Amino acid sequence: MNADAPVLECRDVSRTFMIGKGPFVQKKPLRAVQDVSLSIERGEVLAVVGESGCGKTTLAKMLLGLLPPSGGEIFFEGVPLSSVDRNAVSRRIQPVFQDPYSSLNPRKTLASIISLPLDVHKIGTPEERKRRVEEIMELVGLPRRLLYSYPSQLSGGQRQRVAIARALAIKPEILVCDEPTSALDVSVQAQILNLLQELREELNLTYVFISHNLAVVEHMSSRVAVMYLGRLIEFGTAAQVFDDPKHPYTSALLDSVLTPEPQYGLPEITTMGREFPNPLNPPPGCAFHPRCPKAMDVCSQAQPQPADENGRLLECHLYGEETAAA
Amino acid sequence: MTNDTANIPYSDESILAVRGMNVDIRVPAGTLHAVTNSAFHVDRGETLCIVGESGCGKSITSLAVMGLLPGNATVTADVLKFEGRDLLSMSQKQLSALRGNRMGMIFQDPMTSLNPVYTIGNQMQEIYVRHGKGNAAQAKDRAIYLLEKVGITAAESRLGQYPHQLSGGLRQRVMIAMMLMNDPVLIIADEPTTALDVTIQAQILHLLADLQKEFNMALILITHDLGVVARIADRVAVMYAGYMVETGSSDEVFNAPMHPYTQGLIDCIPIPGKTERGALLGSIPGIVPALVGDQEGCMFRNRCDFAQEVCGTGIIERKALGEQRGYRCVIGPEQAQANLQASRAQAAVAAGE
Repeated sequence: MNADAPVLECRDVSRTFMIGKGPFVQKKPLRAVQDVSLSIERGEVLAVVGESGCGKTTLAKMLLGLLPPSGGEIFFEGVPLSSVDRNAVSRRIQPVFQDPYSSLNPRKTLASIISLPLDVHKIGTPEERKRRVEEIMELVGLPRRLLYSYPSQLSGGQRQRVAIARALAIKPEILVCDEPTSALDVSVQAQILNLLQELREELNLTYVFISHNLAVVEHMSSRVAVMYLGRLIEFGTAAQVFDDPKHPYTSALLDSVLTPEPQYGLPEITTMGREFPNPLNPPPGCAFHPRCPKAMDVCSQAQPQPADENGRLLECHLYGEETAAA
Repeated sequence: MTNDTANIPYSDESILAVRGMNVDIRVPAGTLHAVTNSAFHVDRGETLCIVGESGCGKSITSLAVMGLLPGNATVTADVLKFEGRDLLSMSQKQLSALRGNRMGMIFQDPMTSLNPVYTIGNQMQEIYVRHGKGNAAQAKDRAIYLLEKVGITAAESRLGQYPHQLSGGLRQRVMIAMMLMNDPVLIIADEPTTALDVTIQAQILHLLADLQKEFNMALILITHDLGVVARIADRVAVMYAGYMVETGSSDEVFNAPMHPYTQGLIDCIPIPGKTERGALLGSIPGIVPALVGDQEGCMFRNRCDFAQEVCGTGIIERKALGEQRGYRCVIGPEQAQANLQASRAQAAVAAGE
């Protein structure tokens, strides 16, 4: 494997689902992810943001190797993910899911939930596994007395700690966190975010952090990928994207974040008057143009091509060579 | 329990006035004190936000007001008045004549609160006709008028649609239109935007605020999201473990929070542009206490950085700072502000390291 290559790299990755409305109706393609190219460097926190239905979870599943892309290729340290053994992938990339109420088996004790990855990968003797489970529980801040408790006996925050402990048990390098705090209360969310930050420094982890909460994303991430209707529309460092958003969609998303600052009223929403489009029947041209305050004639006709703008990727007719020429 | 909320003033014009309300729920393990000595009121054209984490009793408070609690719950109150009428002495029949009529409700998930097997039009007309406001044709006209009012295009054709044919944002708009059918004076919205995307959330909140102004209604918004509260509330009540631990205007509560819980909760939220990227967030250690059984002292003391011995005994009195401003903590206001400055300075130092 190539040590210089990004840990994970997507090259023109697409995933299309065929959606049928009954046996006699022709199936329609739903392009959940389209031509997404991005790379994840070792040790960074890459955030993927967007509204529901933008394809962020589908992308996460493909990065985890749970779903093969229908186009393009994902590279893991320079090697195509499809050619790497499933077990080898799962030893190094682990998921943390959104809802700790449904992602943990209610009939298993914490000890067996956390040690399951160790059992699957046949790591260590039973004693070593038990020691590892106790070690990892301490690391994520779960008291040892909970070892033989069931998920139903825990609070939401504790359950999410269990999910993180389970993911970390086999010492992976990459965690794919899909909305890890959106089912939690505010005070607990802060606890879990702090825990994730501390673990990253301590264990030198790489995170793919998927969220719709931009305040959380800005706080956690080093680079941000903004998705809209399956396409990557802006991709740059957190400073680039948050301090100086270029794509009108990114600006609109940032404007809709409600922070606890009573001096500002509700944000103006003129830009986003329309609903999220039906992904089965996406608008022609740039998919964002019906909601875009800066839409031009060309936006409804041609799909904008990705352009490089001082190291950030932008997919918008306002930027790139086409506009410069026109 | 002594009642230190009875002397909080409210006007006779108040749409809803509550003083000293307790909600106890019988559970197998004993009595669950879901709401203790709660006091709030809301006037016409005013927005009151009740904010707190899950299990703090904010939804139970709204259900108690509407008389929708299950049979194992008991509501007691010194004052529980809606438009000057005592709600506690009303029969279920009288209450149901109020609900959906003078009192409108919006719930979190419009998919589960709309009936999936009836059309939008059918459900909107039902609420109008059932409360004796007019016949089906009048109801239809009003439904179309209100659907347009909440920003739904092609309103007439929407009447024939079923809830599953609409997106989440549209469904919530339908819920709002439906609630307006009978010209309510009070809207209780329980987490109305939690199930929606951020961009849609801003739209729905705008809509609620605009409609409230236009129809001069009282709005009680129940949410866990301090961001929503800060942007829309006139007055705020922060709940913790069944107690209203802090009340005041939105500016007062957010700019000078007194209760350690409110202070902690505000510092938990990263603010783009203000909180340093990657720094540790303020957090409240521990978890919410169980509410079953007898209670003594402050419910927050186990998670509080400033807990003292006196916090564990007796009843924590409400400290009144102004007509509506108050908090329930043993720490005096100057000391509370000093504590807040100190802990923020400490956090800034930790972030700078």
